[in-house]
Amino acid sequence: MQGYIYPNEFELQWSLLIVLYPYITGLVAGAFILASLERVFNVKEVQPTYRLALLTALAFLLVAPLPLQGHLGHPERSYEIFLTPNRQSAMAMFGFVYAWYLAVVLLLEIWFDYRQDMVRWAQEAHGARRWLYRVLTLGATDVSPGALKFDDAAGRWITIIGIPSAFLLHGYVGFIFGSVKANPWWSSVLMPVVFLFSAIVSGIALVLIIYMVTSLFRSRPVDMRCLDKLASFLFYAMIVDVSLEMLDFVHRLYESEESITILSQMIESRLFISLIVLQLVVGTLIPLGFLGAFSPALHRGLARGSDELRRLIYLTSAVLVEIGIFSIRWNVVIGGQLFSKSLRGLTVYKVELLGLEGLAMTIAIMALPFLILWILVRVLPPWNVAAQDAR
Amino acid sequence: MNPDDDRSGAPLPSGPQPAVDRRRFVENALKACAAGCPLILAAIRLPAAVAQGPAGQAGYDPTEHLYGMGIDIQRCIGCGRCVAACKAENDVPLDDHHFNTWVERYVIDDNGEVTVDSPNGGFDGFPQPDTESEIRRTFFVPKLCNHCANPPCVQVCPVGATFITPDGVVLVDDTYCIGCRYCIQACPYGARWFHPTKHVAAKCTLCYHRLVKGLVPACVEVCPTGARTFGEVEHRPTPLARFMRMNEVQVLKPHLNTRPKVYYANLDGEVR
Amino acid sequence: MKIPQQVVRLGAVFSVAIAALIVVRALLVPETFGDLGHYRAAAIDSIAAHPKKYAGHQECAACHDDVASKRAAGNHRGVACEVCHGPQQAHVDAPLDVKPPAPRDRGFCPLCHAYNPSRPTGFPQIDPVAHNPLQPCITCHDPHAPVPPAVPEECGACHGQIERQKALSHHANLSCVTCHQVPQQHKVTPRVVRPTKPTDRAFCGRCHAEGASGRAEAPRIDLAEHNPRYLCWQCHYPHDPKTQ
Repeated sequence: MQGYIYPNEFELQWSLLIVLYPYITGLVAGAFILASLERVFNVKEVQPTYRLALLTALAFLLVAPLPLQGHLGHPERSYEIFLTPNRQSAMAMFGFVYAWYLAVVLLLEIWFDYRQDMVRWAQEAHGARRWLYRVLTLGATDVSPGALKFDDAAGRWITIIGIPSAFLLHGYVGFIFGSVKANPWWSSVLMPVVFLFSAIVSGIALVLIIYMVTSLFRSRPVDMRCLDKLASFLFYAMIVDVSLEMLDFVHRLYESEESITILSQMIESRLFISLIVLQLVVGTLIPLGFLGAFSPALHRGLARGSDELRRLIYLTSAVLVEIGIFSIRWNVVIGGQLFSKSLRGLTVYKVELLGLEGLAMTIAIMALPFLILWILVRVLPPWNVAAQDAR
Repeated sequence: MNPDDDRSGAPLPSGPQPAVDRRRFVENALKACAAGCPLILAAIRLPAAVAQGPAGQAGYDPTEHLYGMGIDIQRCIGCGRCVAACKAENDVPLDDHHFNTWVERYVIDDNGEVTVDSPNGGFDGFPQPDTESEIRRTFFVPKLCNHCANPPCVQVCPVGATFITPDGVVLVDDTYCIGCRYCIQACPYGARWFHPTKHVAAKCTLCYHRLVKGLVPACVEVCPTGARTFGEVEHRPTPLARFMRMNEVQVLKPHLNTRPKVYYANLDGEVR
Repeated sequence: MKIPQQVVRLGAVFSVAIAALIVVRALLVPETFGDLGHYRAAAIDSIAAHPKKYAGHQECAACHDDVASKRAAGNHRGVACEVCHGPQQAHVDAPLDVKPPAPRDRGFCPLCHAYNPSRPTGFPQIDPVAHNPLQPCITCHDPHAPVPPAVPEECGACHGQIERQKALSHHANLSCVTCHQVPQQHKVTPRVVRPTKPTDRAFCGRCHAEGASGRAEAPRIDLAEHNPRYLCWQCHYPHDPKTQ
């Protein structure tokens, strides 16, 4: 501890698990927005990743409540958020945004897109799998051209609704922090917007990584046009994101409000590695440089590279981007609690190794969506393009 | 693969859908409503008679009170009896980072450097100040939950576990709090803490259990110099009335518009 | 327009889910929730039923009215019984079984009365090491009506910070009454009857004006030229004149 902190501020309230939560919901929103590029804006090149992006979003969305539950003092009472939500509380309303997004947007979109295939798989499969597919179709087995047209139209409309819903999903998480007037590090109009765009960045990067890795496992060639397009979208999204972050930074320095002294001290001491090194250099500047130099979609890229080189650059950049976005979440959540609201002192956060809120649990929670995705890919293979071919 | 060859048992229309489907849909919908009506009515609970105020406290009417506290900085001697009494009265953990109320000491030296400290919240009093240079000003500031009239903590609670009573006291419902700690983040004054064993949010209750019996909070009871004054914020004859009339009072962090009900007389500009 | 089969199926699923939510809500929301606001009104009752540990000084006076009235007439009239005797609701409930402790050593009184510059000036303070060492405070001071055994001659008994600062300053050899007239009543009701303070530049000029007959070593200034619009103590702190 350094300087003066209120006695009750000694221990941090929101730990590593709460860093994980906006990271995961960000991946969900970003992956979905990437999928919507193909569906609504007809970006044909990223079509190979469409279903994969949706399944990725679902896998991560299912895991998203876990860090919250692990962090609550009384997770067995968490249902109260749905029973007696305080309409003035951003956190309470978020429960409904999450439920809306899961049930009405993501599940429905996946259902409409896969329905035709699920009907076919129900007929082709045997035993438990056949029963599984039948249940998944909910008995809606009409695959006449009219019904399929309806599926397509419904999917389109859900995606259209889904885009602002995805904005709401992660923008709301930003608002949960941005609306806390007591905390000058969090309280900002830009917070929901920065969260949203960093979510888009992380989602695109995640789908890029998963697409490359699954292609490797399946021993299939990567569609380079798709990959180049993903990389260019990642680049554009990063430009917007870094512009917003720079705007926040410049604005703070310029207005130089009372909190600037302690916040500068915090950045220079407690957050130096996570902010300057990881978020800025490793997570933003280096990937931007790589992508800008090697991406052919960006005006015939400064450097030309073979397909293999570009794949390596893209994969590296995407991984660095994920590290950078995780650092952003860390800097927001943990950073906001490292300085005292008296603006006179700093405290420390010691990450536990074991325990419900420790590093081991964090790693386990981050691994779980990949396991779920693997199951989803087995049950609902995204490589089966019957519905997409029809479009 | 024959679409008609379905063994799920559900009726599977083949070819163009017959118009009877709409009728069936409407029939099903009506049946659902008929079945659901009692459930819906049960869900819309008819408002019960408004509670009479804390049951068992005969004669206590919360609508007759709106509590506040006054603190005179020039009277506080930093003895810490308030901190100790509060911990005893309210079973607050005795470690050094859980306090309902605490006392801060400000030392402003002749160069304008400000040093603030609160060793164990002031529970054991204060040692001599740790400064070599001359002191320009130095004083003690008791802090506690301000029981704001526009409380940001109540606003952010997702489930309604923290609330402000009709008599102006912000309380936490131990059995309803889910322990999300949003209220602790939202409090600008650092007044809330997380109970290490009950795993719920906790804070100063203004000794509500004493107020309903017509007593003053424990910290006010034991303050030996009268630095803490307790009473009603509205126009009623209590010691706080004189305090508010005779002193130029300030509140902490007025720019946040939390409308605190703890008023400080002779508050120095360096106090946060 | 016929309703597509997908909508029918989905509609059924959603209706069941919403109905289930309504049922669960009716069953699980606590009874008093919403009566007074968005919270469980019965929580107020359970908080109000918390047992008190401090009885309050009125309770003590009910049985110990002699001590209470002695205290009310003395310097500790603002010090409630339980400040020193601790929370005693248990004693009120079972007076013969539970006896209140009383601090009879030297460790307790200095919590309030040990010298500390952050304490407001005028509050009676002593140096706990130097002041009658080894003897319990109650040897000389009745805690229920504390007066010093002899009225302190030195102003420093209550104005410790000023005395310590002055002792290291150029004015160390000046006694307080050089500049302040102190009525005897000030030692009895200090906030009501206060010492006087000098009111004009000429007062300081008695030692510091050129040609003054006071102490030879006192620095001299031309009273008419030296910042004539200000009183001396607006810049020079009389208890430590070298600082501004």
